[in-house]
Formats: sequence, structure tokens, C-alpha cells
Amino acid sequence: MSAFLTSSLMHNIFGGLAQGVVYSLVALSLVIVWQSTHVLNFAQGAMAMFATYIGMTEIDRGIGYWWCVIISVAVGMIVGGLTERVLIRPLYGKPEINPIVVMVGFLGVLEALSAAIWTSSTRNIAEPFSQIFYHANGNLVYLSPFIIFQIILAICIMLLVAALFRFTRLGLQLRASALAPEVSRLLGIRVSRMLTIGWMLSAGVGAIAAVIQASGSFGLFPTNMDGIFVAGFIAAAVGGLESPIGAVAGGLLIGLAEQFILAYWSPNVAPLGGIIILVVALMIRPQGLFTKHAGRRV
Amino acid sequence: MTYSTSRPITLAFEHVSVRFGGLLALNDVSFEVAEQEIVGLIGPNGAGKTTAFNVACGFQRPTSGTVSFPELGKRGLHPAQLAKVGVARTLQGVGLFNHLSVLENVMAGAQSRPGGGLWSSVMGLPGGLRHERVLRDEAMGQLERLGVATFAEALPGGIPYGIAKKVSIARALMTRPTLLMLDEPASGLDEQELDAFIQLIIELRSTMSVLLVEHNMDFVMQVVNQLVVLNFGQVIARGTPSEISHNPDVLAAYLGLDE
Repeated sequence: MSAFLTSSLMHNIFGGLAQGVVYSLVALSLVIVWQSTHVLNFAQGAMAMFATYIGMTEIDRGIGYWWCVIISVAVGMIVGGLTERVLIRPLYGKPEINPIVVMVGFLGVLEALSAAIWTSSTRNIAEPFSQIFYHANGNLVYLSPFIIFQIILAICIMLLVAALFRFTRLGLQLRASALAPEVSRLLGIRVSRMLTIGWMLSAGVGAIAAVIQASGSFGLFPTNMDGIFVAGFIAAAVGGLESPIGAVAGGLLIGLAEQFILAYWSPNVAPLGGIIILVVALMIRPQGLFTKHAGRRV
Repeated sequence: MTYSTSRPITLAFEHVSVRFGGLLALNDVSFEVAEQEIVGLIGPNGAGKTTAFNVACGFQRPTSGTVSFPELGKRGLHPAQLAKVGVARTLQGVGLFNHLSVLENVMAGAQSRPGGGLWSSVMGLPGGLRHERVLRDEAMGQLERLGVATFAEALPGGIPYGIAKKVSIARALMTRPTLLMLDEPASGLDEQELDAFIQLIIELRSTMSVLLVEHNMDFVMQVVNQLVVLNFGQVIARGTPSEISHNPDVLAAYLGLDE
């Protein structure tokens, strides 16, 4: 057992999972916004990065790490809510390409603004737990307290979000509002409030992903979520955009694929992992691996 | 236009007109739905029935005239306010949420009710969970009442049209309405289902008023107390089913007869 724990295979599994949970959280945030408003938010990563800057730079003022995390998530939720109200709301009922174009533009604005305020250089954020790997009988176990924290936190967030959508009245209202706003209104659901809450939830989950990513060795810089967003987007697409579980599975799959390609082939082609998974998934099941087929009326 | 009632009025159209550009979809339409009364809104295709429904539930603003709910003390409501004051509507077609299970669709009908606050719901607190359980049980009860409980976990896309129709009515009943508006409720039902459905509608009358738009005249004649006949956006007749069945204007509108 000890030999297995210290093997390079284990190293790659934990490394892949640690990165995969970040992809999963980004994918989950995309799924939430898609489920609640049917908009693909291309600025998801940049919004999370911006919130992380605002929250985590409070560390400079001597505020504790966990308070900074809370500030980041709260700022993320406020940015999410405001984005829906100001940028997205006027676009409902317009062609689907319009919100995509607006959010790509918003991504550029947020990255430029962040560079202007905080410069483009990488900031390192002291992580709350050690990144030094454990030892067992003198051998290195490729598992650090930070990786354990990262994985457990992500799992908790995912379970909470899945339970919210599946088992709560709010989740039902969010899903109903996205599927048929007019019918939802007739049933007394306050659709416009649900749309805002959907964006707030999504941005909050995105901010947690960005905080985890920035707290590791990766650091925080204005474009630090670009690559993460692409992987998260692929994960959401692989899962079928409708399914929180699919998003999580997609993210983990891509994290693992990248890690193994990096270890056994070349770091330069690691990003191909996600693309290969996307192509294979689309060929096998174009509607997404985890989407329930709505069926055909008979 | 001889129909009159002494019961309190649930829904009143007063001189309602709706104009779409050059088209007068409703022209000075007036009628009432009284408490515990079933009113059928009938007329040939394009007569303005669905427009009248849309005006009643706030999807369409009248160009002139008013729609009020005298018994509820309300007028000119927005769609989102309807469920709160006890007005439920089903849509032409089915209007179910395709990616929610049948049971979830029915539970969605109770969303305007208080209870199950945001935090207790998100955090899974006992109050929130209890509220969810109560809603689930009530939704199952409605599905059983309509004889479609076996489809509770199915997705709407995979069930027959007649069943989906009943699910949409179960969802409307979850709002605990005092006025139920049904848009073509009998379409897609076979003869046997129709008989059971007639019994259900008649049974509903003891607790609510019903306004329905329907093409199936056999069904309409068996369930309604009052008929309002529209043609080219105008009310051409009002009365009991037997009065309407002998009305020459109605026969002419339906059959294209001169007399």
C-alpha cells in the first residue's frame, strides 16, 4: 500500500484531481448560469479573477486568509448579480449571440482593468495549508494538506450546489425560470429575482475556484483564469451543460487527462487532454455525457 | 346576451378591446365569471379566445377597457401576481418544464406560497426540509387525484399528450386557485379520459370558478353553466348551453350559415 501511495501513478492521480476540482468548479459555475438564464458566460473566469483580486489583496492590509476568501466570494456574488442586472438583462429575448459578444467584451474589460489597478505581474498568495508533500516511512506521499483541502472544499461546494438545485424550493424556482419564464411567472415565481440569484450563485462558485487556483503555486495575475476557463468550459460541455454532476465529472476527467499527458508525454501538449475528451465525448453523445434525454412526445 | 347571476363576481371583463396594428382582436368585450361557476369561452378559430385569456392574466394589456377580479379586490394584474391572489392558468399545448420531472412540475405550482425560506432551503434546515416534504406529498396527491401518479418521476417529453395535459392541470391546482383558467383542456384526451375529466371539472366547481376555452363542444356543453361566444373579437352571444345551442347567430358563426 505504501509503495502504491508513493508511486508516480499516485502523484499523477492526486495532481490531476487537484487541478480537476478547479476545472469542475468553473464548469459548475457555467452550468448554474446556463441552468438559470440559458446564457454562456464567457467572462466567468475573468469575473472570478477580479473578485479574487479585490478579496485576496486585502491580505496586504493584514486581514486573515479566510476573511479574504469570504470577501472574494461576496464580491464575486455582487459582481455576478450586477452583471446580470446591467449587462445581461437588456439582452433577454435578443439573439443568443448577443450575450456571448457582450461577455467576451466584458472579459477584456475586466482583464485590462485588473492590469491597470494591480499590474500584470504575478502575485503569490500565501496558501492556508502547507503544500509540502507528506512522508510515509521515509518515502514521499504525493499528497499535501493543501491538496486535501482543495479536494474536500470542492466536493462540499459541489454537493451543496447539487442539493440546492435538486432538493430545494429555490433550486426548483431557478430551473423553472430558466426553462419557461412565462409559465414560471404564471405560477407566481419571481423570475427576474431568480435570474439575478442564479448569476450570484454562479459567480460565487467561480470565485471559490479562482481563490483555490490563485492560492497554489499558480499565483494571481489578470489572465490567470483564461486557461482554467477554457478547461472548465470544455468540462461543462462534456457534461452536457445541464448537469452539475456532469460538469464535475468532466472537470476531473480533464484534470486527470492533462496530468497524465504532462507526465508521460509532454507538458506542451497537456492542454490537448481537454480537447481530446471533448471530441470523443461529442462523438459518443453529442448532447453531453450526463444530460438526461428529454425524450420525444408520443 | 341574457345571462345574469346573483353570485359574487370572480372575474369581470368590462368593454375590453385589444388592437394589434390594424387588427381589432377584441372589440368591446364584456362578460363575468361568478363564484363557483364554470364559464366556457367559445368561438371559431381566430375569434379572440386566447387573446381574451392573455388579457385576463396580464400577458396582454387591453387597448381600452378593464379586466378586474372584484371578489379579490384586484384589477390589471401582472402574470406573477396571479398565483398569489388565487388565479391559475394552463396554457394551450401543455407548457410543462421539459427538464423537470412530472412531480417537480407539479411542485412548481406551489412556489407562490409562503414558507420554506431561502436560508432554510439552501442550508437544508429542518423547516425547509419539512416544507419540501409537505409540497412533495401534496403534489403526489394532486397527481393521484388526476390518475397520473405513476408518471411522477417521468420527464414530460416522454409521456403521452393526454397525460401531460392532466399534469399541467395538477400543477395549476397546486396554486390552490379560486379561479382556474383552462386553455383547451380536453384536447388530446380520448373518450374514456374525457368522461373522467368532465367529472373532475364538475367536482372542482365546489371550490373554485373555472373559465375555459375549448373546441370540443360535447365536453363544453356538459360542464359549463354559462357560455360566452366570440366571433371576430366580439361577444355575439351569452347564455346557458341550451340557450346557446339554439342561438341562430352562433349557428351562423360556427357553420357559416346565413340563418
